[in-house]
This record gives sequence, structure tokens and C-alpha cells, in this order.
Amino acid sequence: MPEIILRRGAGAYICGEESAMIESIEGKRGMPRLRPPYVAQVGLFGRPTLAHNFETLFWVRELIEKGGAWFASHGRNGRRGLRSFSVSGRVRHPGVKQAPAGISVQELIDEYCGGMLPGQTLYAYLPGGASGGILPASMNTIPLDFDTLQPYGCFIGSAAVIVLSNHDSAVGAARNMMRFFKDESCGQCTPCRNGTAKASALIAKPSWDLELLADLSTVMRDASICGLGQAAPNPVDCVVKYFPHELEPS
Amino acid sequence: MNAITRDEAAALDAPLVTFELNGRQVTGKANETLIKVADREGINIPRLCYKDGLETVGNCRVCMVEIAGERVLAPSCCRTPTAGMKVTTDSERALKSQKLVLELLLSDMPETAYTRHNEVDEWAKKLNLGKPRFEARQRVADDLSHPAIAVNLDACIQCTRCLRACRDEQVNDVIGLAFRGDHAKIVFDMDDPMGASTCVACGECVQACPTGALMPARVAALAVPDKQVESLCPYCGVGCQLTYNVKNNKILFVQGRNGPANRERLCVKGRYGFDYAAHPHRLTQPLIRRADAPKSGDFTMDPDRWMDVFREASWDEALALAGGKLAQIRDQHGGKSLAGFGSAKGSNEEAYLFQKLVRTGFGSNNVDHCTRLCHASSVVALLEGIGSGAVSNPLMDVTKAEVVLLIGANPTVNHPVGATWIKNAVKNGTKLIVCDPRRSDLQRLAHRFLQFKPDTDVALLNAIMNVIVTEGLVDQNFIDSRTIGYDELRKNVEGYEPEAMAPICGIDADMIRDVARIFATSKASMILWGMGVSQHVHGTDNARCLIALSLMTGQIGRPGTGLHPLRGQNNVQGASDAGLIPMMLPDYQPVASAAVRARFETAWQLPAGKLDAQPGLTVVEVMHAIKSGGIRGMYVMGENPAMSDPDANHAREALAALEHLVVQDIFLTETAYLADVVLPAGAFPEKTGSFTNTDRLVQLGRQAIDPPGDARQDLWIIQQIAQRLGLDWKYGHVSEVFDEMRHTMPSIAGITWERLEREHSVTYPCVKEGDPGEAVVFTDTFPREGGRARFVPADIIPADERPDADYPMVLITGRQLEHWHTGSMTRRASTLDAIEPDPVALVHPLDLAAMGGRPGDVVTIESRRGRVELYARADDSSPRGAVFVPFCYYEAAINRLTNAALDPFAKIPEFKYCAIRVFLGGEAPAQGSYGGGQALHRLQATRPA
Repeated sequence: MPEIILRRGAGAYICGEESAMIESIEGKRGMPRLRPPYVAQVGLFGRPTLAHNFETLFWVRELIEKGGAWFASHGRNGRRGLRSFSVSGRVRHPGVKQAPAGISVQELIDEYCGGMLPGQTLYAYLPGGASGGILPASMNTIPLDFDTLQPYGCFIGSAAVIVLSNHDSAVGAARNMMRFFKDESCGQCTPCRNGTAKASALIAKPSWDLELLADLSTVMRDASICGLGQAAPNPVDCVVKYFPHELEPS
Repeated sequence: MNAITRDEAAALDAPLVTFELNGRQVTGKANETLIKVADREGINIPRLCYKDGLETVGNCRVCMVEIAGERVLAPSCCRTPTAGMKVTTDSERALKSQKLVLELLLSDMPETAYTRHNEVDEWAKKLNLGKPRFEARQRVADDLSHPAIAVNLDACIQCTRCLRACRDEQVNDVIGLAFRGDHAKIVFDMDDPMGASTCVACGECVQACPTGALMPARVAALAVPDKQVESLCPYCGVGCQLTYNVKNNKILFVQGRNGPANRERLCVKGRYGFDYAAHPHRLTQPLIRRADAPKSGDFTMDPDRWMDVFREASWDEALALAGGKLAQIRDQHGGKSLAGFGSAKGSNEEAYLFQKLVRTGFGSNNVDHCTRLCHASSVVALLEGIGSGAVSNPLMDVTKAEVVLLIGANPTVNHPVGATWIKNAVKNGTKLIVCDPRRSDLQRLAHRFLQFKPDTDVALLNAIMNVIVTEGLVDQNFIDSRTIGYDELRKNVEGYEPEAMAPICGIDADMIRDVARIFATSKASMILWGMGVSQHVHGTDNARCLIALSLMTGQIGRPGTGLHPLRGQNNVQGASDAGLIPMMLPDYQPVASAAVRARFETAWQLPAGKLDAQPGLTVVEVMHAIKSGGIRGMYVMGENPAMSDPDANHAREALAALEHLVVQDIFLTETAYLADVVLPAGAFPEKTGSFTNTDRLVQLGRQAIDPPGDARQDLWIIQQIAQRLGLDWKYGHVSEVFDEMRHTMPSIAGITWERLEREHSVTYPCVKEGDPGEAVVFTDTFPREGGRARFVPADIIPADERPDADYPMVLITGRQLEHWHTGSMTRRASTLDAIEPDPVALVHPLDLAAMGGRPGDVVTIESRRGRVELYARADDSSPRGAVFVPFCYYEAAINRLTNAALDPFAKIPEFKYCAIRVFLGGEAPAQGSYGGGQALHRLQATRPA
């Protein structure tokens, strides 16, 4: 049995980014590294490193004991496997739900979360945490899995599904997310550090400067060091794309 | 670890790859960054966080380029090419990112400009950026707590150039990046005000900052200089090249220049210690002692009150008296009744003319300078052992060493820029072994730290050699082919088993063995040492041991090996080379040799037999000779023996007893106060000359400003005195002096003034014109008879004055980072004086507590020779029972206490050890018109609103 060393993180969102996590484990400030080199080449303490999500580790035992076929026998809407969804928001029973990969948000709410809170209706949802974008209720049948959300400008991420109801607005959610990114940006690179702050200020206004936001979004995606900055514009872009009715004409 | 260090990565030979850059086929090394290739190809990519010489971090994201097939853009400062890669630096997509990132930063730039060269503004202009569309962030408060550096974080772009300069270049580890998101902030230590942090004010961060967020305080760098003068730092022996930025005959600020010893780095003294030259205390008129002002060695003086003792005189009158009286004493009492002290702060040309004046004008060899007080013992041992008194390898060679043994030296304080190379070497894997009774800053980086008991160097070093001999770790081949005298050494060290020496030197036998093995078995081991080795009655023996250690292991004659005594003053090497020593003519040619004298008599057009064959008196011997009546008159140029000599009360009495004392200096020093004639001289930036650093680099210092009032350049004054001694000297330009020098000094014979002007610096030995100069010497042979080095065994000799019941503690003297020598310059430099304003004694906190004292309390220190009262600073770098006091404070002149006991070979006094007693209480030290932060207060009061 190899030695297992457990390190305790201090809770920074950015330290979920693998290279920032490695920096943190090395005792440094949690800041993502530039690639290349990739962590598989130069990772923890300079060594080639395999970084894994904890969920993967969790499934290892099941896969060994029950086999790959068992795992692949699960799935829905043409997808295969099981996934842990962390559902929060306006549902009756929020929490971590083990559900088939490819399940739609509507199925997830109805079958695993006891439906929406009484008297509320699905308005929008964030399929993949703060970074994964915002989709309207009308798109509630998209299978939730890797690669299935890309065409809509969204991604599954860590499968932290946030459910919004008729009590919420996408603009409010976007403002909340951008504030969050502004706080959680590691502060290393300009597009993310300044970009999240400037975007946050821009979308706090009643009327949005769409041209400037679009420019900013492009550059944050193109020029940020890591996924945090690259995905930070997602909520804003989704509002513009899917919830234009919420925006005052500028 | 299988991480590749930066050094290794850079040194790796990489294959050439061909790729496409903006549609062109270009070729670059596979480990070369795209931005470097683009620069070479003339393609200008904007950049902010990138600075040549600093590690690349790619955080600003201004240099983004498009690489075909990649999802996102890439920072060209970090990416390297692969064959066939298609890179576009000016596509619409790349330009959009470059511009918008700049726009983001520009939107946060303050209205106020802190620098004339804000790189954000400059790139914004080049890329035709208009007014930024984003709203500015909230204004960030400034931090003006530091006397030298203003922190204007509202101009900060978090590029971390300052952080990398502090951490990677200078390895001070003061600057950090704290907090997240748009709160991310450059901080000093734990977000302390800069002035309260552990910052050593090297200013590397200021030099690195692209936006003026870190700037010289009091907007010093906003004025447009009239001229920029490429010159040198006037302080330590590292020999940093710098640029004086001058406006209206005043130095505005200083920048590091790309010299071989400093590569743009400077320390606090070099960068901020220049305004002494403009201090109101500058002597601007010759002074003659008033008839009603008798001399006494027991005095308290204030340079502001010069008129109490002196009257102003014309140059004619002053020179007539100064030179006339010297001539009169010579004619009445003979040349040996005169002596001259030259200066290691003067140029080579000044040193050369000064010794020539003493030897030909006075007619004796009574010429010496402060090398006697610093490395005389090292030089004696080196000349004896390897035939040359200079270093074998440049300081920069530490970067090539596998092991560096540093003993009796505190380079972070005394050779700060040199220390940065040691620190860089350690970061790249060099093993640093620090041996010192005091725990210096470098201990933090040391692989092994041996805090041996003061005064036990020989015991420790002989024990190390014992291990090397007993364990067969010697380089027998080297010993056989290149040395003599090994058997005596081997027999001698056999008696020094580590177990026997451990209780004497306080280092475990196992540790001694460990260090011996590390040193002997490495591929390249280098030894550096300082005054902690040399300033003992056994200083020569200490150095002999180091030389033997180096020879027996064959750790000399290759890059990254050798012997490097760290030279203290900017020109102590050159002044010694030029013959400012009583037993040597220029280039260490002994006065005792008839052939040598004959050669100089010819060169100097003297009648045969004119030069004295008898070596002259050394610094401390001169003081004794005054008291005994042998020396009646002296000419002192730029030295301050009343402060720097051991047993300074005695030295002052001696100087006061002189019939005639001529002092040439820029301030009314304690020595000048005892003069009959004071001649106002030029400060370093007021003259041109060559200076030789610790690496044997001859470098050119160029005049940046004019001397104030009627002060004159030293070379002119020396010649005027010479003429009044009957010498027919007519040197025009300083280069004429240099030319004469090189024709009498084989080591520098190949260096021409034109080459110095062109190349700024040339290493000697440089025997023939066009020789590149040898940085590493003794590669095949030693300059001794038979070409062989010689082992000289040494045995334990105790310090002259050991602690006893009456004087139970030990005094160690030395310098501190901010102050230079006797403080005459640095205590008048506003920044340096503001950082270290008051005299302090570094007392172990437990000793201080045992006395019932607290940091900041006044303590009295007494030895058998004198007493001082000064402030206690709790400092556990010295062992208990030892007190460290810098000798720069006139109001607590610690050399009143030191022991003038001499090393028998080198006549160097034992500054590093004497017995004292320390008790709580005493009068607070009384300051006159300088020190205590007065210079900065004056500056702030006169600053235009």
C-alpha cells in the first residue's frame, strides 16, 4: 500500500483548478500555472502528476468491484454512466444526487429533488456551477453530461446544478456570479483580475453596454491564464443570449 | 527532485526549429521564447510583466499571440516554438486582446504621473489606444513611509516585476503578492508599511517597476536630467557600475548599469547614498588652523563650528603652508620624519601619484592606507602562499561553484550586490557553508552554518584540514605538481583532530567532518572571506589556513573555485596595486629589491639610489612613531584615522602631537579637525579616474558634477603639493597618469585609457594591449618561484586581550548596511542617515535582559582604553557575551575602545576582538549638526511645495 498523504485545502475556489491546487499543496499561494508544461509533464514539486477529481476516486472501488459494464448500464438520453449532481436552489429537496449521466434538469428536479418548491416554477438553471452558464427553462431537456452543453455555450463542470424559479432573474444571478468571480479570481492575470472587476461594475448598471461586454468577454476567454477567467463571462453571455428580455434597452 | 532549475533549462542546448511568424519562415531555439524570436525578427510585441533578466511569468497578458490550431491565445513571453507552428502576433484576434488588456490597465492608471516612462502609457500610445472605456478602480492609498522609496500602488498593475526583483534577483524576499481578485496587492512583509518592513532598500524593485508604482521618494525621478553620466558606485569593493542622472550640477537619482560585477543591480548605498556630495558641510575653501586653537586629542567637534579652530585661506596661502612646512621638516629632519596616508576611496591615479609623492618628494616609504586595517593579513598570506595578493576568481564565480565556503564575512551588509550572486547561486543549487561567530543574513540560505567561537578560526580550519588529510580527501596530484611544503602542513594539522578542536571552536566533530568532506569532494569549491578572518593578531595565520585548504584539495585555478578575499573599499585593490603600501612599489614590487628600485628610478627619471630601500611604517606604526618623535609631519588624503584606527584616543593624541598635519578631504573629519591645513577636495562624482574592484576589474569612474565652491580635484591638489616639495610634475589629463602607471605595472600594462573609455572595465592581468584580461588566474602556474604555491602551517594564537573578571565581554566591530566606514559620507546622505540615524550596539537580547535593559536603552561600553555610550539594539546574531558595534558613529566612536595589538606579519590590528564591560545607563550620545536623520529633515523642509 503506497503512502497516502492528505492535505487540507483552505477553501479557495481557485484551488479547484489543478495547477493552483498543486501550488497550494507545495505551500505556495494558490495560483494557476501557465501551460505548457502541463501538470502531467511538470506537476507537484516538479514531477509529472496525475490530478484527479475526487468523484473519479470514489468510483474506482465500484468499478473494480462491479465492473465497467455495470457502470455503463446506467445512463439516460443516450448517455452512459452515473454522475453525482449537487443540486441547489429552488427545489424541494436539494443535495447531492447520484443520478444517471445524461439526465435532463427537469428529470433531475422531478425524480430526485421532489420537484420545485411549492408555488414556484422553473425559470432558469445553471448546469455546471458558477462557471457553467445559465440556461432558460425552455431548454430543460438537454442531457446533462460532458460535451452535451457545449453547443449552448455552457458546460457541466462539477455538476453543481443551481435551479432558479420565477422568484429569480438571470441578471441577478449573473451579477451574483460575477461578484463571486471577482472575489475568487486569484488576481494573477489582467483579463481575469481586472476583467471580472470591470464586468461586475458594468453589469451592476441598469443598462448594459453590450458591445463593451462582448469585447471583454472575448478577451477574457482568449487571454486568461486558466478556466476561471476564461469561463467567467459565461453567465453574462448567457443573459445576453437567452434572457434579452431582462435587459433594459440601452 | 527531477525539476529542471532555470539555470539548467537556460543552459540546455536545444535544437533549432523553423516555424511561421506572421507569415514568415523563421528559426529559433526550441527553448527560446516567441517574444525573443520576434524581437530578433524586428516584430514588436507589447509587453509589461516581461523584463529581460527576470523570470517570465506571463501574467499581464499583453503579449498574447495567436497560434494556429489552439483554442486560446498564448503569451509570447512564455511560449516556445515547435517545428511548423504558425504564430501570428498581429491578427485581429491577437491585437484585440493586446489592446483590451492594455485598456483594462490603462483605465486604472492614476491622473498623476509617477514616472516619466510609464510603460502602460507608452504601449497604449504605440497601439493607438484612445480613452479607456472602463471606469477606474477606487483610488489606492499611497505609502510614503520609506525615506527613499515612494509606494504609489494606484499605478500598480500587479505585474510582479518588483516581487521577482526582490525574490529572485536580490533574494530579499520582502515583497509579496497578497489577497485575491481586484484586491490583489503588492505587499511588504505582512502588508506592513514599506518603511517598517524588513526592506533593505536596494531599490531593485524601483528599477523593475514599469509604471512608477515604486519610485524614488520626493518625485526625484520626475525631473528631466540634463545628462546621464556612466560611472561607478563609490562605496564597497564589488564595483557596481551606475548611471548618475544629473540636472543643474546636482545628482537627481542613480540607476544600476550593466557592469560585469553588478548587471544593473545596486544596494541601498549605491542607489540612495549619493547626496552626501551636496551636503552643506562640504569644504569649499582651504582652511588654516588659527594660532589661538591648540590641538588636543581629546575633543568633541562639530563640522558646523569649523571657525572655532580654522580660518579660511586662499589656495596659494594654504598650499604654500601645507607644502612648505612638509618640505621644511623633510629638509631639517629627513624624509623619514614624514608620512603619508593615501586612500582606498581615491582613484588608481590618485593613489599612484600619492605614493610617488611620498617616495620621491618625502624620500621615504612611509606611505600606507586603510588596506592595513582590512586585508593586509590576507595579502601577506596570499603573496607568501601563491605569489599574488589579489583574488584568484571573480565573485561572480560563485554561480559556477558547487560549494561556497564563506567565512568571517557578512556580504549582505558589506558587499550587498555580491551577496545577491551568492544567493542566486544557492537558489540554483550551490551549497553555501557559512562559518562565522555572528549569524549573518546568509545563514538563512546556508547548507551548513558553523557558528564557531570568536577567535578560534585556526582551530576550526586546521580541524577541517585534519579530516581531509586523515580521510585521504586531498588532491595529491595537485599537491605534487603545483605546490611545495605540504609535508609540514600535513604534520602540523595531524595534531588537530576534530574531537580535540570541538570544545575549542564550539563546533561538533561530526559537523567538522561533514563540512570537510563537502568542501573537499565537490567539483568546484570556492572560499570567500572578509574582515572576520583578517582583523586578528592571527589574521595572517587565518588566511594561511584558507589558502592551504584550497591548495590541498586542488580547489583553485578553475572556474567556481579559488580564493576570494572580499575587498572592502571601492578601490582598496587598486590603491594597493598602485603602491600605497610601505613595503611595495606599484604592482607589489618590493622596495627592498635593488632591481625593482632601479627600474622605478629609471621610469621616474630619478638619480640612481634615490629611492629608499627600507620599507616604511604601517598605519598603526606611524601613530606610535609620532608619539616617539620619529614622525613630525603628515599628509593625509581622504582617510580618517582619528575614527578608523584602533585605540582611537591614542591615535588622536598622536595626530594632535604632529608638528604639521595636512588633511585633504571633502568634509571636516575628526582627522581634519587636528590638521594645520585642510584642503577641500573633490567627491567621487566630481572627478574622473580608474578604480579596481575586488575582482581585479579596472573600471572607469566619470565626473558627473563639479566640485562645490573652491574645492578642487585631488589629482590637482597632489600635484600642487608635489610642486612645493620640489617635484617637477606636469600631468595634464588623468589619462596621462594612468599611462605612466601601466608602463610601470606589468599586470595592467595592456590596459589603455582608450579601452577603459570604450569598454568601461577591463580585468587584469592584462599584460599586452588587446589581451582580454584574465578573470580566473593560477590555471597552470602560480606567480611564485618555480610556479608552485606554498603551504604555510599555522598554530593557535589566542587573541591579544581575552575577557577577564574586569572586562568579561567581547567587542566585535564592523559595519552596517547603510553606513560606510567612519560615516563621513553616509551619515550625510539623507536616506542612509534616515534609515540608521543613531549609534547602536548590537547586544544579545538575553545579555540585555540580564542587565535589566530593553531595546533602545542607553548602555555604556568600556574597555581598558576608552568608553562610549550608545543605544542598545537587541540582536541575537552575535553569541551571548559578544557585542557588535559599527564604527561609523562619531558620537560613539567605538575605536576608542579597540585594541591596537597587531598581527606580527601584516601589522593589521585586532578590530574583531577585545575585552569590554557593558552596563546599563549613561548619557544619551550627543549629536552635532549631522546624523540623527537631520539630512532628510532638511531635505523635506526645503522641498518645493
